[in-house]
Amino acid sequence: MSYELSSNKGSLRTVRTAGRMRQIWSQIRANAISYLFVAPFLLVFSVFVVLPILLSVILSFTYFNMVQPPSWVGFQNYLTLFLEDEVFLIAVKNTFLFAAITGPLSYVMCFVFAWLINELHPKLRTILTLLFYAPSISANAYLIWTVMFSGDAYGYVNGLLLYWGVLDKPVLWLQDPTWMMGIVILVVLWMSLGVSFLTFIAGLQGIDLMYYEAGAIDGVGNRWQELWFITLPLMKNHLMFGAIISITNSFAAAGQLQALTGNTPTDWATWTIMQHLNDYGYVRYEMGYASAMAVLLFLTMVGVQRLAQRLLAKIG
Amino acid sequence: MKLRISNRRLARSVGGDIFIFMIIFAMAAFMALPLVYTISQALKPLNEIFLFPPQFFPRHPTLDNFSDLFLLMAQSWVPITRYLFNSLVIVILGTAGNVLLGSLCAYALAKHDFPGKGIINSAILLSLMFAGAVLLIPHYLTMAYLNWIDSLASIIVPAWGATLGVFLMRNFIDHMVHDSLLEASRIDGASEFKIWWTVVMPIVKPAWLTLTILSFQSLWGDAGGQSTLFIYREELKPLPYALSQIIGGGVGRAGVAAAVTVILMAVPITVFIINQSQIVQTMGTSGITGE
Repeated sequence: MSYELSSNKGSLRTVRTAGRMRQIWSQIRANAISYLFVAPFLLVFSVFVVLPILLSVILSFTYFNMVQPPSWVGFQNYLTLFLEDEVFLIAVKNTFLFAAITGPLSYVMCFVFAWLINELHPKLRTILTLLFYAPSISANAYLIWTVMFSGDAYGYVNGLLLYWGVLDKPVLWLQDPTWMMGIVILVVLWMSLGVSFLTFIAGLQGIDLMYYEAGAIDGVGNRWQELWFITLPLMKNHLMFGAIISITNSFAAAGQLQALTGNTPTDWATWTIMQHLNDYGYVRYEMGYASAMAVLLFLTMVGVQRLAQRLLAKIG
Repeated sequence: MKLRISNRRLARSVGGDIFIFMIIFAMAAFMALPLVYTISQALKPLNEIFLFPPQFFPRHPTLDNFSDLFLLMAQSWVPITRYLFNSLVIVILGTAGNVLLGSLCAYALAKHDFPGKGIINSAILLSLMFAGAVLLIPHYLTMAYLNWIDSLASIIVPAWGATLGVFLMRNFIDHMVHDSLLEASRIDGASEFKIWWTVVMPIVKPAWLTLTILSFQSLWGDAGGQSTLFIYREELKPLPYALSQIIGGGVGRAGVAAAVTVILMAVPITVFIINQSQIVQTMGTSGITGE
């Protein structure tokens, strides 16, 4: 009897699954054209983005030195990060400080400057866009700042300050923890008019002028009202995009910091999570440990993004 | 009724305009400073580069650094034109694929309704926030599996899956293309593919122009460092790699290094100027006027 019952259930299930499958298949056929549009991208995206991400999430629960096959260690990597790795905790503190300053500031800068130059004559706008964007156009233009802030008397800042008599001996700008973080933040802000800036310009140029004409009829009196009631609500999509770019750039900063303050900054004063990750991944070859950091960084960014989304919903 | 007077909008005060101009130009000068410095450095003879106190502008400007660079490039055993060719192939194919695949997908995500759309949207959003650095090893394994190590495909094809492009294009299509315009085209019997190409893409021109710059620049500058990871044959390396080898020669090559920086910057800047000047404000052309 019990056997009959279970086999009955089983056949019922197969009937149901067959029905589901048919339903799914008919849905796919009904939307075939949409799937055709997304398929080429999705294929490349799955192979080169989704698959590697899933692999590294799995790796974060293993010990993997890239020579031997990975061995399962459960949550050990995560525990070590918080309980034993003091440098990681310093890196967390630095990353949050760095991100809290550069994230919002760079975001606001991107929008404000895009907005300010938006109404200029196209030729003038192109030139100014180029000047603002120039620092991010060459991958290593920021290395100029290492010459500017070089710790010896040959550095431009030291040279000038010595020449003017402000200093009597050169300051180790990039080796003295008092100055390091500040200078790094300055340089990163200097080169922050990048992806979001260009997107905001394109977004502003894409706003149909008729909205402003309609606004003028409805009594929008000055440019601030215009900004708040017309421009910002129409830019919501792009503002979210910019927020994500700012979040990823500020939380995952590593390259510029390392180039400016070196591979082992004094007192780890400018050491970030991403630098710690690179160090473990590509210097010590502890890929499982590095992946655990990537997962934590990812969760942090998703949390901050959710927060930003909630804030942006209040606009307009 | 004509509300716009020439190119100026209503609701603008002259005082505000002047104030804004001052901020813009002060900022532009600060941003341009290192750009000017890079160029001036490239024009300095070697003895002036290490002068103390440092000089911002060269006293005896010279093009020696550039001729030295060309001399060094001529000595390289793989001809420099080969590196340039590699870079162009990577940049052109990578950018074209990124823009095309991204726009196709973005159109469906923005304007079609189909099961699975929500999942794709969140996957794209989330993947933007995963640190790319840890993905290099899985990438390497994939490339080895596909047998793409030592081929330009290892750099070009992954660029087509760059999430930034799809995300950007989707936002713009969603926001700039009116549904009523698509309906009208459908009633006229246009296929979805034709609508995408003749209706949607022209309207979102500012978006794909911007995406073109971003993609061009990241591929030109070898931003991901893939050329060192996936490509070992010297004759398949891109130009920035070859130039960085030349300037790896130490202090004596400081002048040449400055010339290299200028040349590497000149290409994206040229593309940028041509590209940005194409982006102009939509004036009631984006779809339906008088709605």
